[in-house]
Amino acid sequence: MNQREVIETMKMIQEEKLDIRTITMGISLRDCADENPERACAKIRDKIGRLAGRLAAVGEEIEDTYGVPIINRRIAVTPISLVAESSRTDDYVPFARALEDAARDAGVNFIGGFSALVHKGATPGDRKLMQALPRALSETERVCASVNVATTRSGINMDSVRTMGKIIKAIAVASKDRGSVGCAKLVVFANAPEDNPFMAGAFHGVGETEAVINVGISGPGVIKSALEKIQGSDLEAVAETIKRTSFKITRVGQLVAREAARRLAVPFGIVDVSLAPTPSVGDSVAHILEEMGLERCGAPGSTAALMLLNDAVKKGGLMASSFVGGLSGAFIPVSEDLGMIEAAREGALTIEKLEAMTAVCSVGLDMIAVPGDTSEDTIAAIIADEAAIGVANNKTTAVRIIPVIGKKAGDFVEFGGLLGSAPIMPVNRFSPSDFIARGGRVPAPLHSYRN
Amino acid sequence: MKAIITVVGKDKVGIIAAVSTRLAECGVNILDISQTIMQDNFTMMMSVDTDRSSVSIKELKAQLAEIGKRMALIINIYNEELFDSMHRV
Repeated sequence: MNQREVIETMKMIQEEKLDIRTITMGISLRDCADENPERACAKIRDKIGRLAGRLAAVGEEIEDTYGVPIINRRIAVTPISLVAESSRTDDYVPFARALEDAARDAGVNFIGGFSALVHKGATPGDRKLMQALPRALSETERVCASVNVATTRSGINMDSVRTMGKIIKAIAVASKDRGSVGCAKLVVFANAPEDNPFMAGAFHGVGETEAVINVGISGPGVIKSALEKIQGSDLEAVAETIKRTSFKITRVGQLVAREAARRLAVPFGIVDVSLAPTPSVGDSVAHILEEMGLERCGAPGSTAALMLLNDAVKKGGLMASSFVGGLSGAFIPVSEDLGMIEAAREGALTIEKLEAMTAVCSVGLDMIAVPGDTSEDTIAAIIADEAAIGVANNKTTAVRIIPVIGKKAGDFVEFGGLLGSAPIMPVNRFSPSDFIARGGRVPAPLHSYRN
Repeated sequence: MKAIITVVGKDKVGIIAAVSTRLAECGVNILDISQTIMQDNFTMMMSVDTDRSSVSIKELKAQLAEIGKRMALIINIYNEELFDSMHRV
C-alpha cells in the first residue's frame, strides 16, 4: 500500500471528477431486418433487451466494486438505414420509437445509431432515414442520430450536405418549443469512427462483431489539477504532465472496460481516450487551455495549446490500453463545457476560431447554438467546411449545430442536463447559396505532395 | 477482493475503533493500516480482504458511509486493482 498513490487516486476521484464517462454496448441489428416493419421493430426491441438487459446493473456493480463513478451506460446499434431498408415502408419514425423503447427498458439515457452512411451516395433507405430525422428526434428523448457525409477516401457528398442543411433546420423547427434540442442529438460526420462510444455520434459499424463493450473515459479536471502544480514551467513539461496523467486515467478505463466485458460476456472493443467535459464546475477542457496560459479559450494560441493537449492525451492513453479507438482526443463542445460557455459569451471564442481548433482535436463544431434564422444553405456550408478539414487531414470531424428558433446572436439557450446551455453565436452573414446549390461530389483529395 | 479503505476527516478519538469494529462485524479482514495527518486532516488507509465478508460490497459501503456521516468523515472503498493499474506500468 503506497500512501502517495492512494491519496492521489482518491483526490482524482473525489475532487477532480475522474470518472468513466460511458460504458457503451455496441449491438449489431443486421439480423433484425424484415420485410414487415412492425416485425423488424419487434426484433430490434427483443435483441437490445436480450443483450443489454444487464448493462445498467453491471455498471452499478463495477462502480461499487472499484469505487470509480460510471456516469452513463449507453447503447450503439447498426446504422438503422441498413436495418430498415428491407422493410416495406417509407416511414422510419417507428424504428426510432423502437430504439427509444428499448433504451428506456434497458435503463440507458441515450441510444445511438439512427444513422446513415452516405459519404459517396444515398440509397432509398438512407434518404428515408434522413427524411425521418425531424420527427424521430423531436418525438423521442433518447435516440441519437448521425449521418456520415464524407470520407478521405471518397470525398464529400455535397448533395447529402445540402440535404442535411435542410434537415437540421426542419429538426430545429420540429423541436422549437424546447430550444430546438432535437438538433443536439444529431451529428453530421466526416470520417465517422465505427466504434465511438460517445453520444450523439455513436453507432455500431458494419465491420464490428455481434456485440461489443466500448468505454469512454473522461477527466479534464484531473489534467487541469496536474497542470496547476507546474505553473510557469515550459511546454515540454506541460506535454509530459498531460501524457502521464492521461496514462493513469486511461488505465482506469481499460480496467473498467475489461471488467464490464467479462461480466456481460461480451468482447471488449476499445477504450476511447477522450477528455469529455461536462457543464459542471471543474470538468472543462477550456479551463485546461486557460491553465496553460491563455486569458480565455479562443484567444490566439488556442489552436496550438489544443494541439499539444490532444496529442499528449493520445500518447499517454495509447500506452495504457491494449485497444484505443473511437474519437480519442479532446472534445470541445461549447454548450457542454463551462469554460467554453464563458468564452463564447465574452466573445473570446467564435465559430471561425472553433473551426480552426477542430483541425487539431478529435471532433468538430460541437454543440454550437446559432441564430434561428441561419439559412439552410449556411448550415450546409458550415458542414462542408468542417468535412473539408476532416477529409483533407485524414481525421474525424463532425458538426452538431443548433439553429435555435426564435433566438438571435447574444441570446442564451438552456438544453438542460448533460447537453448544457449555450450563448447563441453569431454566424457570418454572407451567402454560400450558389456554391451549395451546385451539389455533386467533392473528389477525394490527393495524399502525396502534402503541404 | 483486496480493497483499500480511505478515511479522511478531522482527527478525533475513536475513528480507528469505530471503523475496525464495523469491519470485524462484517467479517472483513484488515491486512495493513497506515495513518497520517495531512493539512490538519486525519487520513487513514486500510488494506483489507473482503473475501470472507458476510455482506456485499454495496452493503459494506453503506455501513461505512453511515459511520462517516456520524463522525463527519469521508470514507471510501476502492478495489486494490485500481491502484495497481493506475500506478504500475
